[in-house]
Amino acid sequence: MVNNSLRSLPPLQIRGRSFLALVLSPKAPLSNWLFSLDAQIKRSSQFFFGKPVILNLELLTGHEDGLEQLYNDLFARNIQIISIEGLPATSSILKSWPKNFILTGGRDIDNIDPPIDSLPKNHPIPCYIIDEPIRSGQTIFFPEGDVIITNSVASGAEINAGGSIHVYGALRGRAIAGISGQSKARIFANQMEAELLAINGYYMASEEIPERLYTKPAQVLLKENVIHVMPLLKTK
Amino acid sequence: MSKVIVITSGKGGVGKTTTTAAIGAALAKTGQKVVVIDFDVGLRNLDLVMGSERRVVFDFINVIQGEASLSQALIKDKRIETLSILAASQTRDKDALTEDGVKKIIDELKEKFDWIICDSPAGIERGAKMAMHFADEAIVITNPEVSSVRDSDRIIGILDSTTEKAQKGEKVIKHLLITRYATNRAAHGDMLNTDDILDILSIPLIGIIPESDEILRASNLGTPVTLSAPDSAPSRAYTDAIKRLQGEKIEITIPTDKKGFFDWLLKRNR
Repeated sequence: MVNNSLRSLPPLQIRGRSFLALVLSPKAPLSNWLFSLDAQIKRSSQFFFGKPVILNLELLTGHEDGLEQLYNDLFARNIQIISIEGLPATSSILKSWPKNFILTGGRDIDNIDPPIDSLPKNHPIPCYIIDEPIRSGQTIFFPEGDVIITNSVASGAEINAGGSIHVYGALRGRAIAGISGQSKARIFANQMEAELLAINGYYMASEEIPERLYTKPAQVLLKENVIHVMPLLKTK
Repeated sequence: MSKVIVITSGKGGVGKTTTTAAIGAALAKTGQKVVVIDFDVGLRNLDLVMGSERRVVFDFINVIQGEASLSQALIKDKRIETLSILAASQTRDKDALTEDGVKKIIDELKEKFDWIICDSPAGIERGAKMAMHFADEAIVITNPEVSSVRDSDRIIGILDSTTEKAQKGEKVIKHLLITRYATNRAAHGDMLNTDDILDILSIPLIGIIPESDEILRASNLGTPVTLSAPDSAPSRAYTDAIKRLQGEKIEITIPTDKKGFFDWLLKRNR
């Protein structure tokens, strides 16, 4: 019986694999060290993203101010600590930390210099200009930037833009702006009759467009995750 | 230089077949050589409206599949010598319309006729796409009604993107023909008005055909309205439209049937 069930079980696959983990060694005073860490995160925002981090506590005595909070401080910065090494002898203060596996051994690789994010260059945002009317059933998809239409967008047409959408004729179809996650994108129409308005995933159906703005020049923007339709007037 | 014209609309029942017959006959009456082709394979109607249903032996699909020659399939109109019809097959479906087959027939027809008028089926599927594929010009038929206008808009988009001309980077010339225009309803504001239609579709208007009993009567007779009642309001509108199609500049008007006291009296006593 036992033999039978053993035979039907699938064989186990056990493999060894090595991953590169980053080792962070905090120094006292911890408040200064965290300040340096923040500066580093600012320079290369994606550096720690999704990477396993081992916290090396060799440089600490175990009595530093803020050590109890350190784990939470790092967690709040999206730094994923998978383990701790170099535990100080008096480590009572770490009792409140999650029970991480204590690592020993390991082989040092060179010191890693975090890359520095390239500064945002002053290049123009790409835009897509269309002079023809957009017919029912047509879809314009431009995730790179703004879409400008110097004509009308028919009912049953759809405009998708990474940035803002400008329609200098009548907007009768669907306008979906900010699809690349831009909540500051807007929709402008000389004649607002849209079937659907959406910015960065928040949307408004046609019937919610204020009556007084229907067929009038209007702009659409996102304020606190709510779509607002406003008259297209000169603002102070 | 012969011209290939597609009569299309997207929506059904707006008057494509009636218009094909009326325009075909009106052009042929001026002495031009005209062929009308029914692309509605499986639901053929043009032969009925043209009154040639009892003379169909071979059809369009027979020619595409090499079962008959073009001259065998072309039916000469009995009333006008320069008018011919190529009927659709009622027993096949639209998959039988191959691009190469249609191209071969249209090229052959171009040698024989001045005008090749393709009557498109409703919808945006294969039949409709094949009917417009080789067109030089398109007459988009719209009724003054929102769903018809939206469907026409869709068809214009397809004309601009999938036809042979569009693929070559050229444009199919487009004309708008408003049909079933009811003058009395327009006066009451019950109908979408012409300016709104033109604003939405933004293609030039080639004519407005008034709603008329003459059209229904013509269809039932199997005679294009431009032959059965050439002086009726819709016939005059169609005649003006073909003049505009040929490049004449005529102001767009909506013809009406004059109804005097005696007409009313006669109608009552009929």
